[in-house]
Amino acid sequence: MANSPAMCTSFKQELLNGSHAFGAQAANGVRTVTTKDTFKGALYLATASLGAATTAYSATGELAATGNYVAGGNAVTNATAPTTGGTTGYWTPSASIVWSNLTSSGSFDAMLLYNTASTGSLAVAVFTFGAQSITAGTFTLTMPTNDSTNALIRIG
Amino acid sequence: MALITTIYGDMDDALLVKTEGEIDNEDERTRWVEYRLRDEVVHRSAHMTLKKMPVFANGDITLFG
Repeated sequence: MANSPAMCTSFKQELLNGSHAFGAQAANGVRTVTTKDTFKGALYLATASLGAATTAYSATGELAATGNYVAGGNAVTNATAPTTGGTTGYWTPSASIVWSNLTSSGSFDAMLLYNTASTGSLAVAVFTFGAQSITAGTFTLTMPTNDSTNALIRIG
Repeated sequence: MALITTIYGDMDDALLVKTEGEIDNEDERTRWVEYRLRDEVVHRSAHMTLKKMPVFANGDITLFG
């Protein structure tokens, strides 16, 4: 088993259903004004099996809730509205995600971005990186440049 | 003297062996630092910058015809 980077397939359908709001949207003839949703990033062991088929947050394969890791992960700062560049729509969290004074329960190599405001904590995407272990330290995940080429979430 | 948070509490860095490293590839740039007491890792931090993400979705439509 291994984690694979992907925009979750279920997320693509949910976008079409209007199930995720990365930015506030004005009312239309059907829906009232929506405020933007809240998101979290959860860390997963290298032995987990996250990928395109992941549909929602699950504690299975996540770092254990020990060593100052809180189950469910950390909140994502969302102060920058989605926008477009060329023919690409994109969005990036507006701050790094930081886990402080952390001792990870094992080697981890993936973060699941998911919607905490949604019923069922719907998954957005899986991001993988070189496996890390943290001991009484800080793990900082700095976001890429928020533009149409590098943003964390891009629909081109 | 600097105090390092370790699994044994705050320790004087003079008592520890420090190693640092960096990984820089097309996916990420990661800097890590370790402190060891004898052969045991008592502190490890990593700071990772995610680089260009793969394009996850390509918007498309079907043409009528």
